[in-house]
Amino acid sequence: MIRRLLSVWHARNLEFVRDRGTLVFTLLLPVSIIIGMGFIFGGPPRPLFKVGVIGGTAAAHGDTFLHTQYVQFIDIQSAAAGLHAVRRQRIDLLLAPGRPPRYWVNTDSPKGYITEKLLLAADPGAQRAPVSGHAVRYLDWLFPGILGMNMMFSCLFGVGYVVLRYRQSGFLKRLNATPLTALEFLSAQVLSRLTIIVLITTVLYLAVGAMIHFHSAGSLALLLLLTVLGALSMIALGLTIAARFASEELVNGILNLLTWPMMLLSGVWFSLAGSPKWVRWVADALPLTQLLHAAREVMLYGAGIGTIAPTLLYLGVVTVVFLAFGAWSFKWRI
Amino acid sequence: MTSPILEVRDLVKQYPGVTALDSISFSVPEGVCFGLLGPNGAGKTTTIEIMEGILTPSSGEVRYRGEPLGSRFREEAGILFQATALQNFLTVRQSLAMFRGLYAHGRDIDELLKLCSLEALAERDNRKLSGGQLQRLLLAIALVNDPAVLFLDEPTTGLDPQARRNFWSLVRAIKAQRKTMILTTHYMEEAEILCDVIAIVDRGRIIAQGTPAALLREHFAAVLLELPRADVPAAARTLPLQMIESEARIEITTDDLDATLRTLLEAEVPLRNLRIRPPNLEDLFLELTGRELRA
Repeated sequence: MIRRLLSVWHARNLEFVRDRGTLVFTLLLPVSIIIGMGFIFGGPPRPLFKVGVIGGTAAAHGDTFLHTQYVQFIDIQSAAAGLHAVRRQRIDLLLAPGRPPRYWVNTDSPKGYITEKLLLAADPGAQRAPVSGHAVRYLDWLFPGILGMNMMFSCLFGVGYVVLRYRQSGFLKRLNATPLTALEFLSAQVLSRLTIIVLITTVLYLAVGAMIHFHSAGSLALLLLLTVLGALSMIALGLTIAARFASEELVNGILNLLTWPMMLLSGVWFSLAGSPKWVRWVADALPLTQLLHAAREVMLYGAGIGTIAPTLLYLGVVTVVFLAFGAWSFKWRI
Repeated sequence: MTSPILEVRDLVKQYPGVTALDSISFSVPEGVCFGLLGPNGAGKTTTIEIMEGILTPSSGEVRYRGEPLGSRFREEAGILFQATALQNFLTVRQSLAMFRGLYAHGRDIDELLKLCSLEALAERDNRKLSGGQLQRLLLAIALVNDPAVLFLDEPTTGLDPQARRNFWSLVRAIKAQRKTMILTTHYMEEAEILCDVIAIVDRGRIIAQGTPAALLREHFAAVLLELPRADVPAAARTLPLQMIESEARIEITTDDLDATLRTLLEAEVPLRNLRIRPPNLEDLFLELTGRELRA
């Protein structure tokens, strides 16, 4: 029995080691996750409070409050944008430097209360301008993230594995002998998965939204358009991976390498506002980040098409690029 | 013979360290069943896959109706591979409908179901078909565009004898519609029953080509005598007869049966297990290569 077991064990090990692509990804994935997590969550202690400074911190260099530890000072370009952020409790206090400085604080915000005490301790003459407004519930903030994450897994794994299975079974080879082109085949896969995802996401939105008493502040039609473009971009990304490879383990490795950073960097669970610039740069390039950012703008803050137009354009371009690359690199057979 | 529907010119296919095809040329007249015969690894499937346009040759070309393979060929060709998996969870009818949708013109699904004896299986999940039933479905799929040329790559490999004969009946019915067919096989009986013209492929080259009857006439003047090897003593194997020895038997080709039998009796070879038969394509392959076809 041991001999048979060892024989199969040895053969399987050879199979795994000789599948170089899979081997590389098996090693690469945990290393890249550890490095990525280290960059995101490492570094000095995080600031406890966020203060917006109208005109930027450079314009207020003499202000002693700006040297307070564990407070993050964020440059705010206009008073209107700053007030919107204070009302939504995205920042704890808004400061307009000057003599005396003015500040706006949200009377509904506990963190605003503490930040105000810190400011007055540093500069007792600062003039107060109270505002009010409730913070977005974490549940409401999380809701688009969960829907987006579900879409991402369905897009990447749903399409990637299906095409891989078709290739392994020889079904793609049979299709290759028909007038069907690679672009037609890939487009059909995209549309099929898109139909499924839009239906499932709509059902989830309605059902979970009713459960948690969520009401979108923005247009549902715009949200649908965003869902379609977001799903298209991620399906097309899945197809570029499945376009060539024939190894199940390799495709699994690459899909994991894509989904993990998207899960961590795209703002599904938490905001990356305080992360290093390069992390935010990488995150912004991911379709899921773009989708979630725009979805939250529409769902939570009632943004219109003008606000999220750049995101819609980006997702559209990404879809076309991925699909064209997938069709170009597509292999019908092993 | 009519003008060729397919022309194969100087096909060469090389893989690292292996020449799978070594300058193969032939043409297929319209309306005939053309057989590519040869043992496993001879280059039959490589040839037919290049002809189907799904494999690129290292050099050489295939022309369909005088033109390089293109969109017209894809619309007018029907293909049955050695092994093809279909989509899961689809019924026989749905599988046919999917493939029917890929072509501009084609046959009615019900007509195909009837032609390939699949009417009773139309609503069955294609994963639940037997080997013979699946092969009939794959043939129906190959016919879905009412092809002018039909490629059958070892269509009955793996089928039991009954399923194989049923499949031959179907192919003969299709042949009666004057379809051009390209068939690869290593079953000689299949080639003899179905093919009008054959090309015998060995080690990437065509070693003989023509109608089965003409090839047999050309290479065999008369009949074949077959004896178990154990019945022929070593001394008798040096007799002045045209003998081919294989592992289990000895075959003697002769155009003077009486004289050959006398020679064997004089050499005290027992004739109780002697078989006399006309030569077939298997014998032809043995004659041409010195090896058995299914070796």
